[in-house]
Amino acid sequence: MAFTAFASDTALAPQQEPTKRGRVALLLLLPGLAYLAVFFLAPLISLILTSLQRPAEFGDFGQYEYAFNVDNYADVFGAYGGHIVRSIAYSSAATVAALLLGYPLAYFIAVTLRRWPVWQGLALTLVIAPFFISFLLRTLAWKQILSDEGPVLGFLQLVQVLPDGARLTGTDFSVIFGLTYNFLPFMVLPIYASLASLDLRLLEASRDLYANAWSSFWRVTVPLSLPGIISGSLLVLIPAAGDYVNASLDFLGGTGTAMVGNVIETLFIETGNYPEASALSVILMALILVPVAFYVLFTRTEDLI
Amino acid sequence: MAAPSKPAESGADLELVGITKQFPGYRAIEELDLSIPAGSFFALLGPSGCGKTTTLRLIAGLEEPTSGRILIGGSDVTGQKPHERPVNTVFQSYALFPHMTILENVSFGLKRRGVSDYKVKAIEALKLVELDHLAGRKPSQLSGGQQQRVALARAVVNRPALLLLDEPLGALDLKLRRQMQLELKTIQTEVGLTFLHVTHDQEEAMTMADTVAVMNRGRIEQLGAPQELYELPRTAFVANFLGQSNLFTGEVLEATDALIALEVGGRRVVVPAARAARRSGQVTIGVRPEKLLLHLEEPSLDGVNTLGPGRVVDVSFSGVSTQYLVAVPGVGQIIVFSQNLVHGAVINRGATVWLTWSIEHGFGLEDIAETRPHFDDEASAPGLPGVVAEAV
Ligand SMILES: Nc1ncnc2c1ncn2[C@@H]1O[C@H](COP(=O)(O)OP(=O)(O)OP(=O)(O)O)[C@@H](O)[C@H]1O
Ligand SMILES: [Mg+2]
Repeated sequence: MAFTAFASDTALAPQQEPTKRGRVALLLLLPGLAYLAVFFLAPLISLILTSLQRPAEFGDFGQYEYAFNVDNYADVFGAYGGHIVRSIAYSSAATVAALLLGYPLAYFIAVTLRRWPVWQGLALTLVIAPFFISFLLRTLAWKQILSDEGPVLGFLQLVQVLPDGARLTGTDFSVIFGLTYNFLPFMVLPIYASLASLDLRLLEASRDLYANAWSSFWRVTVPLSLPGIISGSLLVLIPAAGDYVNASLDFLGGTGTAMVGNVIETLFIETGNYPEASALSVILMALILVPVAFYVLFTRTEDLI
Repeated sequence: MAAPSKPAESGADLELVGITKQFPGYRAIEELDLSIPAGSFFALLGPSGCGKTTTLRLIAGLEEPTSGRILIGGSDVTGQKPHERPVNTVFQSYALFPHMTILENVSFGLKRRGVSDYKVKAIEALKLVELDHLAGRKPSQLSGGQQQRVALARAVVNRPALLLLDEPLGALDLKLRRQMQLELKTIQTEVGLTFLHVTHDQEEAMTMADTVAVMNRGRIEQLGAPQELYELPRTAFVANFLGQSNLFTGEVLEATDALIALEVGGRRVVVPAARAARRSGQVTIGVRPEKLLLHLEEPSLDGVNTLGPGRVVDVSFSGVSTQYLVAVPGVGQIIVFSQNLVHGAVINRGATVWLTWSIEHGFGLEDIAETRPHFDDEASAPGLPGVVAEAV
């Protein structure tokens, strides 16, 4: 399966001699590298250059010229620091929630259903089934469900969990909920892939060696599925941190829930303040690179399995 | 944690009472009763798929019996979880934790029980299997035999009251295997632990164990001291699983308090009544190949059974002994092991011979060997050495 490639670790890759095979591999890599150069590297450089622009001295409002204007960064930090913090908080919360929901689900599919491959296939299909419907439509549907007139809020008010004036949409909760919901499959699939290859005899050995179910889980199951947990967390964290749909006013967000993505969208599309928008994008990217760097370091030093 | 908190001071006895294990569509263990005294070395022998591993898994708690009870040291553990039982297993598949180093693997059980000097003990156990120099490696960096020794160390280090060994030496070369056998035996006797050892190697079972049980199709066919099992097998299966046997089936002619006589190949053959399980009707008796003597002339001796004349169809020399295959009309092919002594006739292929054995070396079986007498004439192809179709 395609996602196995992401979860399984580098150690499994066959050792290759850097001779003829290496050259063939390089040749096969060329189209990909070219693609990256044109569609990733070039825009990235353009983005960084834009982020250093300053307003044109003799131009109209909204005209910028190339410069080395580092002040843009300081400005956006000052103006949107709260949004940055909120983005980190929301995406981290969504990652944790997706892990807490996704791990048991992945475990159930990979281990409990192992003896029934048909059910296993069906369950996996259900996990990716939401992708058959547009991301925007699904999020809109949740807006309806969670809306002030919707069934969920009505029920929660009926059973007195929430007071009468309370809302669900436009809150921290609904945004985190939306992020969790939308990115859950990215958590489940890599964890599933690493649990699918878990040798259950190892759990028997651990139980035989005086470990109860809890300690077997923490000492054997979790370490052996760590590659999946890490991949899944990154796959949720990264898009969630940059997301601008869930938190927007048109969807599950409110006036006080805007994330960096929403700010960038506004700056780029509405205000036309390209340098600040670019500076914020670069900051967001740098922030996302931190956990990725940890991941790379981890897979380097810790030769998993 | 309810884990047994200490290494065992001594072994515990094991008792299986009426254990049955039914898998969906397959009954792996059938009404098994077994009692292993504390501190003994018990070997379980049997063909592949007969239920040895399943028996060990039931005892370890990794499988639940369909019915029956399991008692360890007198207390009923049938409902206990594997981690609560004072049992450790050396798994047939090793099941080493791939994400831990060898040292971490070996200290796993000790740590779970809160043993404080786990590192010292683990290193000690690794020394025992001569792998202390590889303590920092991961299992994937070891050879198959080394992994097997780690599995052994990982279980032995806990000094469980009952140690289950599922073919723990199968991947080792002969020299290392003999050495590990000695080590195991030493540990077992020093601490007085109870060992339940599953093996395919008969010699291993015979030399190491106090008691050997031969298992077949989910049942224990026979159980006893190695010598007893060898000298007096009770069933055709045991007679041929443990070493080789020549089996003859015939009608009982006479049964007295001392002897059972039956007709084999037109001759009267006698077994001591004490060594025979059946006294009437069709009876199968047997004799070990090394108990047979070959004669070039028809002997007339007392106290022996005689068969023949037969033709030597195959001779294979194997150093200390020679194996003869003798076709006797009306009886079948008989294997004879003969020591290569200083004296003694050299018997060649095609020679006409008679066979004799002392009456007290014969044994009478509980069951009938499923064979038809094989009528060999001179034209038939010589049998392959060691393959005796009609003796099975
Ligand atoms: N989970 C299971 N479901 C169904 N049948 C099983 C299961 N486990 C074992 N069996 C069957 O039970 C029988 C006994 O298996 P077991 O593993 O105990 O054999 P064994 O004596 O250890 O053989 P070997 O010497 O090859 O290891 C086999 O026929 C096997 O196919
Ligand atoms: Mg087995």
